[in-house]
Amino acid sequence: MDIIRSTYYPLPIENVDTDQIIPARFLKATTRDGFGENLFRDWRYKSGDSNKPISDFVLNLPQYKGEILVAGKNFGCGSSREHAAWSLLDFGFKVIVSSFFADIFKSNALNNGLLPVQVSDSFLKKIFALDSTALLTVTLETQTIVIEESGETETFEINNYKKTCLLNGYDDMDYLLSQIKQIEAFEALQKLVPIN
Amino acid sequence: MGKTLFDKIWNSHIVKSIPDGPSVLYVDKHFIHEVTSPQAFSGLEKRGLKVFRPKQVVATADHNVPTHDQHLPIKDELSRIQVKQLVDNCANHDIELYGLGHPYQGIVHVIGPELGITQPGMTIVCGDSHTSTHGAFGSIAFGIGTSEVEMVLGTQCLLQNKPKQMRINIEGRLQKGVVSKDIILYIISKLSSSGATGHFIEFAGEAIRALSMEARMTICNMSIEMGAKGGLIAPDKKTFDYIRNRRFAPVGNDWDEKLEKWKKLFTDKDPVFDCEVNINASDIEPMITYGTNPGLGIAINNAIPELDSIDDEGEQQNFMKALGYMNFRPGKSLIGTPIHHVFIGSCTNSRIEDLRLVASVIKGKKKSEHVSVMVVPGSQQVARQVYAEGLDKIFIAAGFEIRQPGCSACLGMNEDKIPEGEYCVSTSNRNFEGRQGRGARTLLASPLTAAAAAITGVITDVRELMEADDCR
Ligand code: SF4
Repeated sequence: MDIIRSTYYPLPIENVDTDQIIPARFLKATTRDGFGENLFRDWRYKSGDSNKPISDFVLNLPQYKGEILVAGKNFGCGSSREHAAWSLLDFGFKVIVSSFFADIFKSNALNNGLLPVQVSDSFLKKIFALDSTALLTVTLETQTIVIEESGETETFEINNYKKTCLLNGYDDMDYLLSQIKQIEAFEALQKLVPIN
Repeated sequence: MGKTLFDKIWNSHIVKSIPDGPSVLYVDKHFIHEVTSPQAFSGLEKRGLKVFRPKQVVATADHNVPTHDQHLPIKDELSRIQVKQLVDNCANHDIELYGLGHPYQGIVHVIGPELGITQPGMTIVCGDSHTSTHGAFGSIAFGIGTSEVEMVLGTQCLLQNKPKQMRINIEGRLQKGVVSKDIILYIISKLSSSGATGHFIEFAGEAIRALSMEARMTICNMSIEMGAKGGLIAPDKKTFDYIRNRRFAPVGNDWDEKLEKWKKLFTDKDPVFDCEVNINASDIEPMITYGTNPGLGIAINNAIPELDSIDDEGEQQNFMKALGYMNFRPGKSLIGTPIHHVFIGSCTNSRIEDLRLVASVIKGKKKSEHVSVMVVPGSQQVARQVYAEGLDKIFIAAGFEIRQPGCSACLGMNEDKIPEGEYCVSTSNRNFEGRQGRGARTLLASPLTAAAAAITGVITDVRELMEADDCR
C-alpha cells in the first residue's frame, strides 16, 4: 500500500459502531472471507434478510464507487470484532477517512492493511460537500490526503512503526516471532508460574 | 512524581520497547471464545505454529450458544460448527476449555473472576471489548481483535503503545435505589461514548471503595462504552477476600507471596494523570438510556434533552437519528412509556448480586402481562447459586423465564432476539441499533430499574416500588 487515488462513498453519520458495520448474526463464519456481502447489512438491505436493497443507502447508490469510505466521527466504536475490518476490506475499501476512530477498530484495521485516515472536522466537512465524481488521493509515504479538485491537503498521523509495516507488508506477528528469545528471557526473569 | 497503578502493572510487563514505536507487552492471561478465535487458530496453523503458552489460555463458549436445551446438539448449523471448532482447537492445542455442558461454562468475563483466574497485577486480554471487566481486580485488561488473538496465542505478547491515563474520582455516598450500573451510565452520559478514547481509566474514591467486587466489575465492564482502552480499580481487602479460596486462587506460600505483591498495587501520591474527572456520588440517580449509544442516557425522572441544548451540528444529527430509531421525542420524559421485554443478563449484570437485586424488587409480585422477561445467569456457577438460594422460585412466581448461561440477547447472535420495533429494558451494555436484533429498541438500565419495568410494564422509577414495599 502506498498511494490510493479514488472516488469515495460518503457516510456522514457519527458513532458508526461495529454492530452496524457487521451485525453479530453474521459472525458465525470461521474464515476471514465473504464478510463484504453483509457489510452494513441492516442499513443496506430491507428487513427479513431478503436481499432487497434500501435504495437510498450510499452503498446502493449507483453514482458512488471507489476504494475509500468517508464517515462521521467516532467510526468503529463498540465491539472488538475484527470482522468489521474484514467486511470493509472484502467489500473493496482500502482507506477509511473520519475525524475520529475508536481504538480497537483502528488497530484491527491497521493489522489488516486497511488504512484509517484521521482528518480534522473541517476537512471532513469539505469532503462531504464534494460530488460523487470527486477524487481523493491518500499517500501513506507522505501521510497526506488531497482533494484533487481543489488541491486542498491535510496530513494525517500514523505511528512510524505501523507505517513501515504497511509500506513493507509485514505485520506485528512477524516482529513478535522474531523476539521469542527475549520473551522467554523475560518469563525466566519474572519466574512466571502459570496459574492453572 | 508518583506512579499510577496502571504504570506499575504496565512497566512490569514490558519485554522491550521499540524506539519511536510500540512496546512488546507480556500477557499473563488470555481468554478465548468461539466467535473471535477460529481465524486466529487458522492463522497460527498456516504459519506452522503451536500455541506458545497453552497453560495461560482459558476458553469458554458463550456468544453463540443456545440458552435452553444446552445438553442437546446445537440446532443452528453455523453456530454448531463454530462451537465445534473451538472444541477442536482447544484439544489440538492443549487449552483448558469450559465449553457447553461444563460446570464452569459461562460468559467469559463472568467466569474469569469467579474461578479466581483473574488476579491483581495481571495483564489480561480477550478477543472481546468487555475484557475491561477484569480491571475491577486491579489488572490491566483490554479487548483485542482476532489478529491480536493470534499474536498472543503465538507469542504471549502484543505490540502496544502506552495509552493516556484518566482518573475518575467518585466521592460521597449513593442514594437509595442507585447502584453501580447507574454510576457508570451517569459517567458515560457526562463523558459521551467517545470521551475516554485513547485512555485507560482508574476509578477511585469513596463510592468506588464502598462497592462490592461484583458492582466494581459492572463499572469496569462499561469503560469501553466511552471509548476507553480499559478501566481498573486498585485492589483492596474486598478484592483479596473475593479471590481467596476460589478454584484457581493461589494457596499456601504462594498466596502469602502474591498477597504481599498485591498490597503494593495502588496509585502513589502525586501521580500525573492526563485527565481527572470528579463526580459526586449523591448527584447520581437511577439512569436509563433513550438513544442508540450508551452515552445517550438520563436520570430516570429527567426529560430527554431538547434539540437546541446540543451545540454540535453532528451531534444534533446523531441525536435526531437515535430518537427516530427509538421513536422518542426531544423534551419528553420516559416515565410511563410501555415496554415489551426485559432482558436480565450479560457480562455487565448477570452475576448473583445482580440477580439478588432483581429478586429484591419483584419478590411476591407478578410481571406485567404484556411484558416478556428473560433472566440469563452469567455462568453455570451463578445458575446453581440461583437455585441454591431459591431465587428461581421468586423469578418463576413472577412469570420470568430463566435461561441457561450465555451472552444471549445482549448481542442478538443466537435466537434470543428482540423483535423489530419493540422496546426492551436491558441490563446489558449496548443499545446500538439492531444490537438485540434488527430494529430492536434497547433501553439500558440497572437490574433494579429493569425489575421495576418488568413489574409495571412501563418505564418506572424503582424507588417508588421500593418505598411502597417499605410501607407495607
Ligand atoms: S454478554 Fe454481551 S457484551 Fe458481554 S461478552 Fe457477551 S456479547 Fe459481549
